Amino acid sequence: MTQPVLEVTNLSTHFPTRRGVIKAVDEVSFTVGQREIVGLVGESGSGKSITGFSVLGLVDPPGRVVSGSIRFQGEELTQLPQKAMRAIRGKRIAMIFQDPMMTLNPVLSIGTQMVEAVLAHDRVSRTEARNRARDALGMVGIPSPEERLDAYPHQFSGGMRQRVAIAIALLHRPDLIIADEPTTALDVTIQSQILYEIKRLAQEFSMALVWISHDLGVVAALADRVLVMYAGRIVEAGPVEDVLSQPAHPYTLGLMQAIPSAVPRGEPLRPIPGMAPSPLARPSGCSFRDRCQRATEICSAEPRLDILADREWRCFHPNEGRAA
Amino acid sequence: MMGTPLIEAKNVSRRFSRKLDYAEKIARAFGANLSEKTVHAVDEVNLAVHSGEVVGLVGESGCGKSTLGRVMAGIMPASGGEVRWKGRELAGLKGPDKRQARLAAQMIFQDPMSTLNPRKRVIDIIGEAPLVHGLVTRPALRDYVADLAQRVGLDPSYLDRYPHQFSGGQRQRIGIARALAVKPELIVCDESVAALDVSIQAQILNLFMDLRKEFGLTYLFISHDLGVVKHICDRVVVMYLGRIVETGTPDELFSNPKHPYTRALIRELPSISDRRRDFTPVKGEIPSPLHPPSGCHFHPRCPHAFARCQQERPLLQETGPGQASACHLNDEPSPAARTGTFSTVS
Repeated sequence: MTQPVLEVTNLSTHFPTRRGVIKAVDEVSFTVGQREIVGLVGESGSGKSITGFSVLGLVDPPGRVVSGSIRFQGEELTQLPQKAMRAIRGKRIAMIFQDPMMTLNPVLSIGTQMVEAVLAHDRVSRTEARNRARDALGMVGIPSPEERLDAYPHQFSGGMRQRVAIAIALLHRPDLIIADEPTTALDVTIQSQILYEIKRLAQEFSMALVWISHDLGVVAALADRVLVMYAGRIVEAGPVEDVLSQPAHPYTLGLMQAIPSAVPRGEPLRPIPGMAPSPLARPSGCSFRDRCQRATEICSAEPRLDILADREWRCFHPNEGRAA
Repeated sequence: MMGTPLIEAKNVSRRFSRKLDYAEKIARAFGANLSEKTVHAVDEVNLAVHSGEVVGLVGESGCGKSTLGRVMAGIMPASGGEVRWKGRELAGLKGPDKRQARLAAQMIFQDPMSTLNPRKRVIDIIGEAPLVHGLVTRPALRDYVADLAQRVGLDPSYLDRYPHQFSGGQRQRIGIARALAVKPELIVCDESVAALDVSIQAQILNLFMDLRKEFGLTYLFISHDLGVVKHICDRVVVMYLGRIVETGTPDELFSNPKHPYTRALIRELPSISDRRRDFTPVKGEIPSPLHPPSGCHFHPRCPHAFARCQQERPLLQETGPGQASACHLNDEPSPAARTGTFSTVS
């Protein structure tokens, strides 16, 4: 295999609080290959967004990356000074957020913001920058892009705003885009349009994509590989088809079985018992053991990462190869 | 169908209009072409819910599903048409009858944090309404609320806590207990599980189904999530821009949708069992309800649209047992357009 675009090794991001240290991301390792679409799945509080923020160096203090390495195209990002990181962010790695209003300034026109984003990294004339902005809007399927450059964010619908955010991310043809729940707030038909565009653009520009989502359905439709996070750790990873057809980790299986379509109509659903543990009071060993039906005494020890071909999991009782 | 419905909307409309402000009135006096902007959130809708039924109301943002739910729950008046509760017009009820009808329809919302008073303890949040309405005496209140809390899966020892001390799923349980506290017959759930993680969502959905059996409840279940609706509902109603476009049993509607919009919704639902590598999205945006398209509201996005769709509003008509759709294709002599593969547009 060629060199991965992103190589994260033993990454830990902690937030010190008065009541103790929150290990939002705890010894997480994964790689993203060239042109690969990786889905990062987990429930709220699992650390999936913080993982994305950590890669971009956007973790707000007092939180910080305490250990581990993030290598982007062979370059170590964790030790990089702010200025050098700024040169990469938006240029070679871009991010798309759930709420495009977080990305867009409400008092500046779309054109002004996009020209600014071009000029932040490239020394080109304003006309040239504006042309690039216009082309980017056209690429993501915004009709009459020339006129829309003069519009303000509130004049766009939710789906169109998300397209603008994607266009901004594409301005510099990044090698990697990290997308944090970008379609969660959108309606089904609009979500489908955005997924379609993203998939097409990723192929066209040979971009790698990390797609953070709580929706296994979306990840199943989009991603090549899936990472499942629980309580700050990646508990399972592998090709989407394999993981979803034969989940090794009981948590992955639990997530799949909790979806209404997993049981016949009208029958009781099968939720995972209990709740995700508070990040301040995670059980020792496997943090899922309190909710796990397969748990035994051995689970109070730390499960190591088992690797079998292109799949990996952290569990003493994986469903090795057997269907659920 | 069976007898008098528990609740029935007859030609119900709900319009919201923005009055002209002072400057605009002056401008109009000088001849500017300004008029009040009106949104037809709900446009002449007929919907009957029978006792014991679970009816799912689905659609995308702005389709009027929440507004219809509010009108039927009695917390928002209709601008046209009438809502009948057990055969009697809701607006015409007076005195004790009115109070009884209003208590019998309760609502559970999406975001419990914005519907629970942050300064009140759980016992007061759940207990206020039954106390005011004389369903329980003050000395018996704690036992009454504790019993409700137990039924919805809340630890009764937490009754003196405040809403912020609970997780999202537990807050939703508080909202459910509050609705149950006045012994309702109909519960309108407005996106009540939308903000929850999938596992918590499953717990709450199971709770809804258990409570249905235990209290003989009827639900109007509003959701944008077709998977959820398919699972728990006896009948599904699909709305688009203020109108009902299709209704049917989940089995029929999901396996054999008649309306092109329903078909698009079902096809675009991402699912883990059906791995598609390509998307064939329906074209276009959801139009603004301020300027809905003429005729059939869906025609600008519909791959089968023809001249009649632009001019004439299609009426809901029966297409099979228990299934009805509002589409001019139903009148077409050749069924080719309907059964043929859905042409793709991007």
